[in-house]
Order: sequence, then structure tokens, then C-alpha cells
Amino acid sequence: MMMEETLLTELRRVLGDRILSHEADDVPTIGIKADDLYEIVDALYKDEKLAFRFLTTLFGMHYPAEKGESERLGLQVLLYNMWTGQRLRLTLSFPIESPELRSITPIFPTANWMEREAYDFYGIRFAGHPNLKRILNIETMTAFPMRKDFPLEDLSRDDKDDRMFGR
Amino acid sequence: MATPTTSLPGVTQLASGPDEKGYFTLNLGPTHPATHGIFQNILKMDGEIVVDAEQTVGYIHRAFEKIAERRPLYQITTLTDRLNYCSSPLNNMGWHMTVEKLIDLEVPRRAKLLRVIIMELSRIADHLICDSIIGADTGALTGFMYVMEWREYIYEIFESVCGARLTTNIGRVGGLERNFTPDTWAKLDRFLKDFPKAFEEFDGLLARNRIFMDRTMGVGPISGERALAYGFTGPNLRAAGVDYDVRVAHPYSLYEEFDFIVPVGTAGATYDRFMVRQEEIRQSVSIIRQALVKLKDEDPSVYRAEAPEWVLPPKEAVYSAMEPLIHHFKIVMGETEVPVRQIYHSIEAGNGELGFYLFSDGGRTPARLHFRRPCFIYYQAYPEMIRGALLSDAIVTMSSLNIIAGELDA
Repeated sequence: MMMEETLLTELRRVLGDRILSHEADDVPTIGIKADDLYEIVDALYKDEKLAFRFLTTLFGMHYPAEKGESERLGLQVLLYNMWTGQRLRLTLSFPIESPELRSITPIFPTANWMEREAYDFYGIRFAGHPNLKRILNIETMTAFPMRKDFPLEDLSRDDKDDRMFGR
Repeated sequence: MATPTTSLPGVTQLASGPDEKGYFTLNLGPTHPATHGIFQNILKMDGEIVVDAEQTVGYIHRAFEKIAERRPLYQITTLTDRLNYCSSPLNNMGWHMTVEKLIDLEVPRRAKLLRVIIMELSRIADHLICDSIIGADTGALTGFMYVMEWREYIYEIFESVCGARLTTNIGRVGGLERNFTPDTWAKLDRFLKDFPKAFEEFDGLLARNRIFMDRTMGVGPISGERALAYGFTGPNLRAAGVDYDVRVAHPYSLYEEFDFIVPVGTAGATYDRFMVRQEEIRQSVSIIRQALVKLKDEDPSVYRAEAPEWVLPPKEAVYSAMEPLIHHFKIVMGETEVPVRQIYHSIEAGNGELGFYLFSDGGRTPARLHFRRPCFIYYQAYPEMIRGALLSDAIVTMSSLNIIAGELDA
């Protein structure tokens, strides 16, 4: 499905060729480069017309290695313009070996805990975050449990055979 | 310590030396009754003044987002029960609507209206708890005991619809699991007749009570700008003067047809939050009344969509006919084809915008499900709101924010 033309024109005016891809199934979505995250969020915030000045939510993703594609981590950012009711989703991914992003907490204070959650569960590190430590899991944990390779079941249990269920 | 010197018999003088001022650390929680849930606040105190605070969350983290990646869509409803457990039906309905959006299923008009009734009852229960707890934390326990009866009564209505009270698992994808019974309608009638009176009495106990006003006005304030920066939604944002309500901004389940007021406060303080919730309870009652009027034009036998591959068939049919048995099996085992889509749906829950981001890759379970939990997002602002306040104000600020541990930790 195509994105509404006016929104796309406005996004192109502000972001130029930093839009890698776009689609509009449900929430209009643009794909961006991981390195551009801070600048793009900042530009969308400051632009008088687009004015995406409310961060609805932000969360990590994990894309396991598939044929021909290496293992990647991702981030989804849901922005909102409260005056027009316009939503926008930014999606980006990066190799799992270098999970480094620039924190957007200086723009949105609310990103603080969301970024901590993304770090806690996916191991995404946010440069410039004021207090990047685990939030929901125990501090001594070493794994990043929302990654697909982290097992849900306790591996020491042999009374449950879960091959029939789940993926 | 210097030995006290006595100049006169029986008079003790203070020790000499500079009058040193020190801070001390106070652990509020994790299991303090005043926090109404398992979370900790490490407060830096100067006497009775809060200098700084740091929250520790995650004590009841149950990895719902991880568990959801291993469950068919139907089985995730029970996880949503346990988010904001003061208003489980709202979470359940939000989830059903997310799935309906994913599979593009249109719910019959009457089912939507029945859902509105359940959702608004649930909102009333949620707000009643919050408002009466503010009273209890300021020392007025009477109101809490008084409205608890009505919260119980709302739970009885849920019980007669779905059989459960707290973790309701109410409704199904495509509508409701069963029609409202005559008992439900009778209970609803009694509720609409007697609750408003009891509620106004409760309101009279607190809203213009001088002691209560002194304890809550201007306590724990936040400006509209800061509230937006912190991602506030729901009554807490509206108390700060921003009239954002998902029911109005992005209507779902026929809310666009209802006539209701979105109350806003001015100072974003505890009293504003209390008053906003009080008015929302009145508006919810009015929405239920409007829904009852709209229901008169509907066929009373319809309560769910005709979509056999998605809507669980009645149990009698499963045991006696082939087709329903097949559909039942396929639905329960998650064998029905789902489209590959990424969608976001949000509803106005008790505490604000409860969002579900659902990434379906065509498998039987979601590839990723993220809950936007309003509590988790706005609780970040708590230290900023209580800096410089008294300890007792910090506690009443927390209860007016309506932090629910289940929603906070997911």
C-alpha cells in the first residue's frame, strides 16, 4: 500500500534521500539508516509542519539469520503529531555485532526508560543515554532475553516437550 | 559527642560545634503498603523533604512479550488480563480489536456497543479504585470502603458476562463469547439506578472537603509541556490540561457516535488528577446510558461476527457437528492463516493510551508483540514531580498517578 502523497512529500522535503523505504499498511512507515536516527527524529520534531513532538513508544526487534541474510537487530520508533493525529513509524536495523545507536533521550525525556528496556531485552546500546542500565531484569543477568535464540522454557526441565506448540 | 555541660541543675545544653546538615536515604518499598504494588523508591531525604528519588521497577516482570511470541493469538488475551489488573476488560478488548485489525474482521454493531458497556464499566472500576485510594492515602478511608461495594458490583456484572471477576478474559475475537443474560441486564439496570447516587455521595466526601483540598491541591504538579515530553497519556495528561483522548482522536468501537466530554485540569496536580477521574466516571455512566439507547435498534441475538475460521463456535456445536469441531481445533491450535502485517492499535485504557504493536510474519504466533504500557512510560516523571515535596505528598502523588505494578512491569 502506498503512503498518503502529501505526508510523503513533506517527509521528503525534510529528510531528502535519508528515506530508504516507505509503506503505509496501517501506520505510515519509513525505513531509515541506524546512524541517522537522532538527526531524523530531531528534524521531524523541529519541523513546523510535520511537528512529530510526541513519542508514543520505542522498542527493539531481533531478526534472526535467514538464508542470505545475516542476523540483525532493529528498532521501531512510533512518533505522533498530537495536533493532526498523524502517526509515523520509523524502522531501522543494524548488524547484531555493533548494536550502537545514538540516544534520543535529549529530544524526548520519555525515551529514557524505553531505551533502557531495549537495552535490557535486546542489548542495543544507546550512546549519550544518561543512565543506560537494565530496567526490568535483574542487574546480574548476562543474556538479552528477547532475542530469538534465548529459550523461553527452562532448559533443565525434561517434563515438558514443547515441539508440538509454538513456532 | 561532647559531654553536655550543665550550668543550672536539670538543664541540658546542646553539644557545641557547627550545626551540620545531612541527607539520609529512605527505602520506600518494595513492599510498602503505601505504594500499592511491588516497586521500590529510593528517596534521598532532607528531614521530611524529598531531595531526590530513584525508582526500581521490574519486581513482577513476567516476560509477557516473550511469552506472547510462543502463543497463538487467542491465548494472548490472558496475558493482557494481567497488565492493568484493575481494568482487565479494557486490555482484553484492546487486544481483540488489535487482532481484528490484523485479520480485517468487521465486528457487528451490537457487539461493539456491548463492548463499549463493558469497557466503560471497567473504566469506572479503575477510576473508582484510584480516586478512593487517593482518599485513603490522605487519611479518609471511609470513601474507599464506600465505593468498594460498587466496584464489587461491577465485578459481579463481569462475572455474569464471562464467569470471572478480576482476570476476566472477557470477549473473543469477533465479539463476545456469549450474549448478555437477563441477569446481566438486571444488574446493569440496578447499577445505573443506584451507583450515580452513591458516587455523588463519595464525591461529596472529598471533592470540596477542605482538608482533602489542602492535601492535594498543587501537590505533585506537572506542566502540560513536561507531561507531553514524558509521554503522559490518559487522565494524568488531561489533568495537566492537554485534551488528548484516544476515544476522540482515533475512535474505535463506535466511540465516534457517542457524546461525551473530555475533562481537563489546569495544574496537573493530584487534585486535578482526582477531579478529572471523577468527571470521567460521570461521563462513562452517560456513555453506558447512550449505548443502551442505541442497543434498542439492534437485533438482540447478535453478539459476535459470522466468521467461523476466527470466532470460536459454541461448545454444544463443537461436540455435535463436524465443521465447528474443525474450526474449534484450528482456532485453538492457531492453525488459521494470518496475513503478514505490522499493525499498531491503541485504546484509551484506565491509565492512558494502551497500545499493541503486533508484527505477524504469517506464523501461528506473533513474531513480535509490544505493549505500550502507559504506567511504565509516565512513571519516569515521578522523581521530577516530587522533588522538594514532603514525604506524605510523595505518597499521595504516587497514588494519584495510579501506578499499577502489573502494567508497569509487564
